[in-house]
Parts: sequence; C-alpha cells; structure tokens
Amino acid sequence: MDSRTSPASSMFSSSQTQHHPSYDYTIAIAGNPNVGKSTIFNQLTGMHQHTGNWPGKTVANAVGFTNYRNQNFRFVDIPGTYSLMSHSEEEEIARDYICFSKPDLTVVILDATCLERSLNLVYQIMEITPHLLVCVNLLDEAKKKGIEIDLDRLSAILGVPVVGTIARKKKTIDSLLDAILKACHNRESLSPRPLLYPSFLESCIHTLESPLQQILTKSHSYLSRWVALKLLDGDPILQKKIQENLFSDQSESFLTSHLQSYLKLCDSILEEHHQNRQNLKDLLSECFIHQAEIVCQQVLIQRKKANRLEEKLDRILTSKCFGIPIMIAFLGCILWLTIIGANYPSQLLSQFFGKGQELFQNCLIEISCPDWLLSLLVDGIYGTVTWIVSVMLPPMAIFFPLFTLLEDFGFLPRIAFNLDHLFCKAGSSRETIPYDVYGIWLQCSRNYWLSYY
Amino acid sequence: MMKTLNTLPIGTTGKIQEVNVTPSLKRRLFDLGFIPGSLITPIYPSVLGDPIAYSIRGITIALRNQDAQEIFLE
Repeated sequence: MDSRTSPASSMFSSSQTQHHPSYDYTIAIAGNPNVGKSTIFNQLTGMHQHTGNWPGKTVANAVGFTNYRNQNFRFVDIPGTYSLMSHSEEEEIARDYICFSKPDLTVVILDATCLERSLNLVYQIMEITPHLLVCVNLLDEAKKKGIEIDLDRLSAILGVPVVGTIARKKKTIDSLLDAILKACHNRESLSPRPLLYPSFLESCIHTLESPLQQILTKSHSYLSRWVALKLLDGDPILQKKIQENLFSDQSESFLTSHLQSYLKLCDSILEEHHQNRQNLKDLLSECFIHQAEIVCQQVLIQRKKANRLEEKLDRILTSKCFGIPIMIAFLGCILWLTIIGANYPSQLLSQFFGKGQELFQNCLIEISCPDWLLSLLVDGIYGTVTWIVSVMLPPMAIFFPLFTLLEDFGFLPRIAFNLDHLFCKAGSSRETIPYDVYGIWLQCSRNYWLSYY
Repeated sequence: MMKTLNTLPIGTTGKIQEVNVTPSLKRRLFDLGFIPGSLITPIYPSVLGDPIAYSIRGITIALRNQDAQEIFLE
C-alpha cells in the first residue's frame, strides 16, 4: 500500500487516512539525507519504499501505519534535509510539515558517523516544535570508524529523549518504538533546550516575542521565538505562510503592521552591533554550526583512527590511471548482463505466454465467441500486452536492482565526481548525472526493442 | 592577493575566511559547515582534476574549482 501525497496541496488534508480511519498518534520522521531515514521508516511500518540517495529522493511525504502495544501510529516520512533555511523544495516541505501540520511527535534521525552535521538540523527543528525525539542511527558504522557517542549525555544536553539504533537490527527498532510510545504519552514533559544566540540577538527576539505571545493562539505559543526570528530575517514567502497558517483570521498585512514599531526597535539594536537583517541568516547558520560543534565535543568519544579502507578505495576509484577504466568496466558489465542476460527469461516468458494464448483462444472458441472479438482479444490485447511484458520485464528486473546496488555502494556518486567536469561542459547540472546514466539505459532498451522486429 | 581554496595544495589544511559565492550556494555551503573559521583540507582530486574532494568538519564534500576559487582563506 503506497499512499504518497503530493508535495504541498494535500499535505494538510487527512484524505490519505482513508484505509486507516483511526490512529492515535502522527509521527514525522525527519533527518539528513542518507542517514537511513527511509530504512527506519520501512522497518517501522513494514513498507517497502525504495531507498536511494540522489537529490530529491523523497520529494513527497510517504505515509505508513503500524500498531504497537494497542496504539495506532501513523508515520510520515518527510524529505531529508541538512537544514531548514536554504529554501530548496525539500526543505520547505519538511519545515512546513513539522511546523504547520503539527505531528504529535517528530523523530529526528541522526547520522552517528557525522553527528555534527546532524545536530545542526536538530537545533533548527527544536525551534519549530517542542515535541521531538532524537534517534542516532548508523551506530554500527560509527563503531567501525572508532566513534562512540554518549547518548545519555546527549539527551541531557538536548533536553529530549535520545535512542541509538542500527536500522537493520530489529531489537533496536523496537526500543525506538518504545521510546516513541513513551514520548507520545508524556508529550508535555518534553522540554528541549533550544540554542541561545548572542545576547544582542536574544534581546531582538525578546522584543518581538512579548507582542507575539499576545496574538498567537495557545497551541502555537511555542513558535513565538521562531516567528520572531523569521520576521527579522524578512523572507516574504515564509512570512506569508506564517500569516496564513497562524493568523488565518487576520488581514494580510496584520503581522508586519502590528509589529512595525517593534521591528524598528530591533533594527536599531542590530545596528548598534554592526549587523543588519540582510546578513542575519548567515549569522544564524554560524550559531547553529558552532553549537553543534560544542555539543559534539561533549558527547563524542573518538577511540581510534578511522578505518582507512574506504579512503584507499576512493583513491583508486578516482585515480588518473584506474578511475575511468574501472568505471567503464562496471557500467559495461551491467549493460552486458542486462542485454544478454535478459534474453533467457524473455524467451521463457514468451513461451509461457504462448501456451496461455492457446488456452485462452480455446476457451473463447468453446463459448462460441464471434471471430472479430476473438481476434481483438487474443491477437490484439492479449498478444500485445504479453509481448510487451516478456520483452520489457526481464531487462528492467535485471538492470534496476543492479543499478540500485551500485548506488548503495556509493559507486554512482564517484562516477558523478569523476565525470562532473565533462558533464559540466556538456551543459548538464550536477543533479542530473544519475538520470544521464539512465539515459544510456533508455537508449539501449530502444535499440533492443527494435532488434526484436 | 588573498589565497583561495582552489590553490590550496592537496593534503594541506587552510582556514576559511570568507565565502563569496552566489547566495543560494552560500546558504547550502554554510549549512554544510563552510563558515568563517572552519578548517578545510583538500584530500583528492577527481580523474580530470575538477572537482576536488575536501574534508571539512569530519565530512567529505566535492566542490568544483569555479566555486572553490570564490572561497577565501586566512
């Protein structure tokens, strides 16, 4: 059951719940890209969403359900992002979902092998919801690299529950579910400790927070700090969204006009410290990164020097003599396997369908079907459909899993890294490289298709 | 003349002073830790010499030379 929603329009509706009319809690799964977010989502929900790591993998929110200890959970897998401030489509979907759709709990998946980058996102999410739980994934990978993390200490510093997981191990997923259940029951006791900015910024926030507290509804009062910051950095699209979602009963320019005098006051505070609202975003990003660095220093224990095998492999794959030949050999192998290997299952399938065709025809003759209908059904519909299936299915069933495997081994990013310069000259952007490789595949399958005539 | 990231020899470490790229790329680089004061080391070039993989704050990021020449070092 795949109940994907379209990016923005249906995100706030509850139409996707039709198969499961009741659920007790909605849990959003957030995190950086490539931290095993989708794997954890699949483990939690028993779904088989394909995982991959090219940009924009999860562009819409996938939804899945599970029952644990007689509680029905609805999990929403939101797009993986490094930050909530860069304004890419994924980041806006992630931010809007957590902020305005108000899931009961947001689980932030962290990468144990690069905790600092993940913590940056945790601090940003903390500003838009108090109801979060942190899950440190890839503990096994981290261990291989000699990294250990003091999870209790991390929990104490962040003020929210922290669970460690290894996505493949069922036991750790169960402890995650336990923690989710517990956090849902004690939602009000979650008290995250958001990042404290330099004092002049804090005084700007306080200036705006008190009037905001008066106009925000009780359920949104936690957002006053974040709304104050967003009013300061002056992003018009986000301000419009805030207006629409939090002050829907007010006129369009309500927020800015209501807070005009306070904003002027903030401007003068910023000016005193040689800052302005234009470079506020840079300043905020710096604060997040410094905070993540400080926390890492307290919770990370680097046991031994990192495993160098991966680095050595990287050097071979990107070296001048071996890089390109290895790459061509690999892709050549895959194409060869696809084109040659697919012939055998194709033949089997067409034999199988051929027998089916005889059977089908005999049945229709038995019920004295008119000739024109017989030829329409047997030669027309049945013949065409089975022919397409027997020609197309085997190469796809071979190529895509192999390609996914290469992707999982991180081979495709290395190809992108090696060929970026050439692709740049050909005028394609970095993001399109995986698809350009698919282009080779499409070209081949078309020739393959022709050769069958 | 200020030193730029693309001129930093492989294996040596520099300290970022200023990131002077387009605003959208700047946001992305800031989020990945390319902020003033961060230490950065080019670790290996790609087959064709562009892009180059850099190690920064414990992660590896590939940058094109045209972007790296807009990042100034102390």
